[in-house]
Amino acid sequence: MIPPGSSRRDGRSDTQMAMVTIDGRRVEADAGTTILEAAKKLGIDIPTLCHHPDLAVQAVCRICVVEIEGQKLLQPACAYPVQDGMVVYTNTPRVRQARKVNLELLLARHPQDCLQCVRNRNCELQALAERFGMREIRFEHKLRGLPEDHSTPAIVREPDKCILCRRCVSMCHDVQAAGVLYPSRRGADTVITPVFGRGLDEVACALCGQCIHACPVGAISERDDTARVWEAIADPNKHVVVQTAPATRVSIGEEMGLPPGQIITGKLVAALRRLGFDKVMDTDFTADLTIIEEGNEFLKRLKEGGVLPMITSCSPGWIKFGEHFYPDLLKHVSTCKSPQQMFGALVKTYYARKAGIDPKNIFSVSLMPCTAKKYEADRPEMCDSGYKDVDVVLTSRELGRMLREAGIRFEDLPEEEHDEPMGISTGAGAIFGATGGVMEAALRTVYEVATGAELPAIEFEEVRGLEGIKEATVRVGDLDVRVAVAHGLGNAKKILDLLREGKADYHFIEIMCCPGGCVGGGGQPIPTTMEIRGIRGRALYEADRRLPYRKSHLNPAIKQIYAEFLGEPLGEVSHRLLHTHYTPREKYPWMSRAACGGEAAG
Amino acid sequence: MLEGCKGVREALIAEVKRQGLDKEVKVVETGCLGPCDLGPVIVIYPEGTLYQKVQVSDVPEIVEQHLLKGRVVRRLVGEAPQAGVVTYEEPTYLGVQERIVLRNCGVIDPESIEEYIARDGYRALARCLTEMKPADVIEAVRKSGLVGRGGAAFPTGLKWSFTAKAEADQKYILCNADEGEPGTFKDRLILEGDPHSILEGMAIAGYAVGADKGFIYVRGEYVLSIERLTKAIEQARALGLLGSDILGSGFSFDVEIRKGAGAYVCGEETALIESIEGKRGEPRVKPPYPGTEGLFGKPTVVNNVETIANIPPILLNGPDWFRKFGTERCPGTKVFTLTGDINNKGLIEVPMGITLRRVIYDIGGGIPGGKGFKMAQTGGTSGGCLPRELLDVPMDYFTLPEHGSALGSGALLIMDDSHCIVDIAECFMRFFEHESCGKCTPCREGTARLREIVARIARGEGRPGDLELLDELGSVMQASSLCGLGQAAPVPIKTMLRYFRDEFESHINEKRCPTGTCGI
Repeated sequence: MIPPGSSRRDGRSDTQMAMVTIDGRRVEADAGTTILEAAKKLGIDIPTLCHHPDLAVQAVCRICVVEIEGQKLLQPACAYPVQDGMVVYTNTPRVRQARKVNLELLLARHPQDCLQCVRNRNCELQALAERFGMREIRFEHKLRGLPEDHSTPAIVREPDKCILCRRCVSMCHDVQAAGVLYPSRRGADTVITPVFGRGLDEVACALCGQCIHACPVGAISERDDTARVWEAIADPNKHVVVQTAPATRVSIGEEMGLPPGQIITGKLVAALRRLGFDKVMDTDFTADLTIIEEGNEFLKRLKEGGVLPMITSCSPGWIKFGEHFYPDLLKHVSTCKSPQQMFGALVKTYYARKAGIDPKNIFSVSLMPCTAKKYEADRPEMCDSGYKDVDVVLTSRELGRMLREAGIRFEDLPEEEHDEPMGISTGAGAIFGATGGVMEAALRTVYEVATGAELPAIEFEEVRGLEGIKEATVRVGDLDVRVAVAHGLGNAKKILDLLREGKADYHFIEIMCCPGGCVGGGGQPIPTTMEIRGIRGRALYEADRRLPYRKSHLNPAIKQIYAEFLGEPLGEVSHRLLHTHYTPREKYPWMSRAACGGEAAG
Repeated sequence: MLEGCKGVREALIAEVKRQGLDKEVKVVETGCLGPCDLGPVIVIYPEGTLYQKVQVSDVPEIVEQHLLKGRVVRRLVGEAPQAGVVTYEEPTYLGVQERIVLRNCGVIDPESIEEYIARDGYRALARCLTEMKPADVIEAVRKSGLVGRGGAAFPTGLKWSFTAKAEADQKYILCNADEGEPGTFKDRLILEGDPHSILEGMAIAGYAVGADKGFIYVRGEYVLSIERLTKAIEQARALGLLGSDILGSGFSFDVEIRKGAGAYVCGEETALIESIEGKRGEPRVKPPYPGTEGLFGKPTVVNNVETIANIPPILLNGPDWFRKFGTERCPGTKVFTLTGDINNKGLIEVPMGITLRRVIYDIGGGIPGGKGFKMAQTGGTSGGCLPRELLDVPMDYFTLPEHGSALGSGALLIMDDSHCIVDIAECFMRFFEHESCGKCTPCREGTARLREIVARIARGEGRPGDLELLDELGSVMQASSLCGLGQAAPVPIKTMLRYFRDEFESHINEKRCPTGTCGI
């Protein structure tokens, strides 16, 4: 907190304005804002590449350079602060030459096979080359021949495509606090890499995929599993079931050319049917189920003096991060599986029995906003149905690819309903996809289950929105329940460090790996910026308001599954199918592998 | 101190003792005197006779003839008229030198704080602390006209005033001793020869700007510098000249050493700061400048070794005294390191504005082997290459840039006419390709492309348009690189294209290397 009247750390007063002249036009801007921002006010779109609205200034690509009167050197518009009286030129021959030569330098070491690239037509480098009319590259074109990283089921790295903008580094360090990606070697040999050139499987990577959102090109992407899904759909012996994650219903539209934040639940269901899925069911259903199990687990911990605060467990990126960096705190994590894995375990047991289908013929696909879900589905313990509970995880982007390939157009689609028995859900399940949503959904249920009274106001504004860490206190019976919500691993780290020091005075903590929660997941459409995360999140709250049921425990399908199959919350069947355990991992997994005779650092 | 010296020193001590002179004659190991080609040297005081290229086998003769019989051993004193004498008061030799920075180098025992104090050491600090306000100190430095000697030539007083004005709970003084410019070894010899002058200068800077903590960032290879600095810090602490409440003034200041790990770019002030913070040594985006937001985000003064070595004499003798040396725009002296095809290689200190011709021919003794002068590269590998026609250009921080070059750190590489300019260019570009940190596009990619293009010209595979491409790429690197490394890397190429273009052209057009170096 800055006391009133004091100057800020940077010595600038808050109200100081600067009159700047850019390309002959005058504009007033806060002193200290960048030339880039000031130019934007004038409608001048200075080209950028290493700049990202949500990330720290890099100023390394030198595409946005401009001329400032009285300065010999060109300066990066993305970083240079305006000062009163400054005169800037953004489009002189010297500026254009510098931008083009720097772009030429990048293109000379970048693959030219855009047609085969996952980011074709959604690539910032390609767009710049088009914008600058790059018809010739005067430097010899040569690729570096760096090895690709296919070591994880979630993320693929192709360093030959990397333009060394370092946005992923900033994302991985500053936002996600994982510190996996870092520049190594120097000069033209520089690579962005996990330590010692190891694969992502050998480092403490959460597989959150936020680096994909940071990447302007195709150097980092999700593993594409669409071929396996096409194959299963084409197999007459396979009964292919798909579940749709909460956050995908407000984002898939972007893959199909719609603006962010469109609620397309019904069209998504119709589209999936037209792709050939036999059943389209809803992860929101198991989100509701998670609330029942987790809510009861929380009440049990409260009642029986169990480990508190309890931390949510839906986000597999957070789980992996926690296993690597906070193995000592795993006892705080709810034993509930994530909604994806609950669904997976039930589809090959409860649904199989109900539908009279041999579970070995069920092919279970999940549509997720997330790359870490691919890893979660592959965890060895996620086979409680007797089979692999979730066979393939598709990210929003992969589904977009399938829909476009199949020629499905959203504008032509009707709105359709999810299939039963795991298709009915509540608004509480829907808001799982936004930061604070799991906490809000849990509070709606915990309050009513614990007190037996109806909740007076069901919208918990304190836990909504994009503030990094949110806190609230809710009176439940005679107890003030203190809750906290963190999204993005950097914010999670702050709370976890407090917890480790014994200073986190909460009962219940929600942690979501990705900024904004699952709406900002690493598998979501590109671009995903803070602004877009916010828009998608608000759409989920809108979807919640539109639904007839908004509390998980009122979901009739939930009541049905307990009556027919599970028995009671935290019961024996639940324990077997819906709960899990965690694996303490090391911060430097490659070290112990090296000690076991693994290959030397490369 | 190089290996030859060690044997001579030991032989001398033994011989003095053997002759029973060890009560009357004190053998002192000093820092370097400068003349690399003449070493090992022995100066015998009080008269200051300088013996050159002394071998262990010469030692008995020197002791017997000079010390016992009072006769100069003529064959070991060299030919130049003044070469044979280095007086204690005027430690110049080889003519025309002015020694401010090197005032104690080669004269005192650098491991003895008493010898430093005996030559007015720490008097400037004492005067500052007892007679001057911090603002007066900054004003004196500003008035002296001293500009940074690391190469950027930023006015030192102005730099200090930024940090002095910045409000913070902690400020730092950093001494940049990460001397990485090829052909430059002035900082090393200052540190080896007069480490206390750096500690005193840093303490004065600390008093002026309100910093109580200093770091010296030294090249890790400078083992002797580190050893002597470490001793000097201990001695100064023991006498209360570093530490808390210095001389009872209430001012506290202490210094720590940080060793560099060999990256050229860490000589760039913000990369140096990153390195001290334990991060990858890469430059930061400026602004903010270190003066207001430097080490650990605190206001920080970063000064080069030579700049700091100038501080105590300026405070002791006053700015007007300092302005008597050098030129109006660029007062003071400059320490140069002479290397390459020149007779007298080594370290010299001369007034700013001296011409290249005087340095090469009057001090450097001209080009050896009867060969002709081809070019001089000023300022190190990132400096420009000047042809014969520019021999009479005054060397200072303002005039050389007018000719596309820079004074830089003061390295002077002289090349005779047997060298091929394309071959040299490739060598220089290889250096920058290797040392670019890889952070910004123009430097990371540009240094590699410059080297590739020059290499193909050297192989006889140059293409029409290559020279224009080199020129254009060089201009873009100079204008748009993030730090001085990328901004300066094309300077040698640009000046070579300006002054020696015909040699590039004969490689490209006639597939011929005029000196026969490139073997095409």
